[in-house]
Amino acid sequence: MNIPAVREKELVIVKTSVFLLAALPFAQFWWRAYAHTLGPNPVEAALHESGDWALRFLLITLALPLVRRVFAVAWVLRVRRMLGLFAFFYAVVHVSVYLGIDRFFDWDEIAKDILKRPYITLGLGVFLALIPLAVTSTNGMMRRLGPRWKQLHRSVYVIATLAILHYLLSLKADVRVPLIHASILLALLITRAYIQRREAV
Amino acid sequence: MLVKNKSDISMSEITAESVFLSRRKFIENTASLTLLGAAAMGGASLVAAAPQDKTFTNLPRSPFSTAIPPNRFEDVSTYNNFYEFGTAKEAPALYAGGLRTRPWTVQVEGEVKKTGQYALDDFLKPYALEERIYRFRCVEAWSMVVPWVGIALRDVIKGLQPGSRAKYVEFTTLHDPTQMPGQKRNVLDWPYVEGLRIDEATHPLALLAVGMYGRVLPNQNGAPLRLIVPWKYGFKSIKSIVKIRFLEDPPVSTWMWSAPSEYGFYANVNPDVDHPRWSQAKERRLGEIFKQKTLPFNGYADQVASLYTGMDLRKNF
Repeated sequence: MNIPAVREKELVIVKTSVFLLAALPFAQFWWRAYAHTLGPNPVEAALHESGDWALRFLLITLALPLVRRVFAVAWVLRVRRMLGLFAFFYAVVHVSVYLGIDRFFDWDEIAKDILKRPYITLGLGVFLALIPLAVTSTNGMMRRLGPRWKQLHRSVYVIATLAILHYLLSLKADVRVPLIHASILLALLITRAYIQRREAV
Repeated sequence: MLVKNKSDISMSEITAESVFLSRRKFIENTASLTLLGAAAMGGASLVAAAPQDKTFTNLPRSPFSTAIPPNRFEDVSTYNNFYEFGTAKEAPALYAGGLRTRPWTVQVEGEVKKTGQYALDDFLKPYALEERIYRFRCVEAWSMVVPWVGIALRDVIKGLQPGSRAKYVEFTTLHDPTQMPGQKRNVLDWPYVEGLRIDEATHPLALLAVGMYGRVLPNQNGAPLRLIVPWKYGFKSIKSIVKIRFLEDPPVSTWMWSAPSEYGFYANVNPDVDHPRWSQAKERRLGEIFKQKTLPFNGYADQVASLYTGMDLRKNF
């Protein structure tokens, strides 16, 4: 497939717009906090929304190669790193709200949470696994790691699966949303495998 | 006097369901047309027609009331777990508008003398309403303080005259997916059922609420009739009750049925017994940022702990 290259000038505009769009949920959250429209439980809202956005950006990042093919737009891969880092950013917010506000650094409680509640254990695992990916996202690290970089970053599929499981296990009854996430991830994985097989032939 | 016993109704008087439903539909259509007309004329009459606007006056204050200042009405009426209208906290406030709270019938069944179908207003008539400001603690580790309006459940139970074999009381919520759109999905096994041991149900703290903040209960808060058991997690305080059944054996509540390892029959607020999903040591009062310590029996230990002497509260969670 012939996908036209992006001109550098256009890329600046694209990158700036994508950055602003991706930062919008964060900005909007502060606006709602300021306007007192977060509802009676703002801490819960912060916790849930940051988690939602971390997962959404993770899935968006994984969907980019497919978007590039289907819509024949080259620039999407040029914003992949940025969107991946946004996923990490929202994960950092999510974890910070949990540790610093929800549990208010009650390490005893936090340790118990991690040991006793599988969804917390998983959530912590997902967050820790995202750190090396964020750290090695620079050009320098890509060069230095060579082929191992790709191997390392392929783990994001496992991380996304575990993130969805973390979400699923945290709910008590209505698991519709994580199931939608799971089907999106599954569809992405199947398409990816299909394309790879076709190209291998 | 409690009136209208079940046996008073002859078969010929009972409307066939299909006829009842079509009549319902007709009334509904005409009613909504009238409302549309009223809305077109200015809308003010629409608001005035809402039963929520009815206020209770001269309510005696209860010695059981806490001195803690209540939450804001907006908090209590927009942050609800009422899965019959959807699982999001804001869903009940958005979708409970279609619940018709009059006419409303309460059916009384089982090991009790005065079985029958009661029109809600007849059911409540013999009792004087009072206001009780209670702490309310959800199993999800949030809490609030609410001035409820209602009557002591024990007075109602006494009036119904349960027999010696009535060891438990079971309550059932309305099951009607046309009025409760959340019931179109099988998130829980509808209808919602809860239960109490008879000595819990006849404890002076157990309340049948019909209002809060001096007005009629908003639909999303369990109108027209709900239970309030302040020393238990919120899910025990069943909403929009249509049936009260007296039983010899313990009933199985909806949440016990849904996840037996997570929800027990007693569900007493207990900071020392964790729920698999949430530590119960602390709670966040709505409107506040940081959590506070949860008290045994939600602060009502002096009044209710004796109900459970000799019981292992870890096993009987």
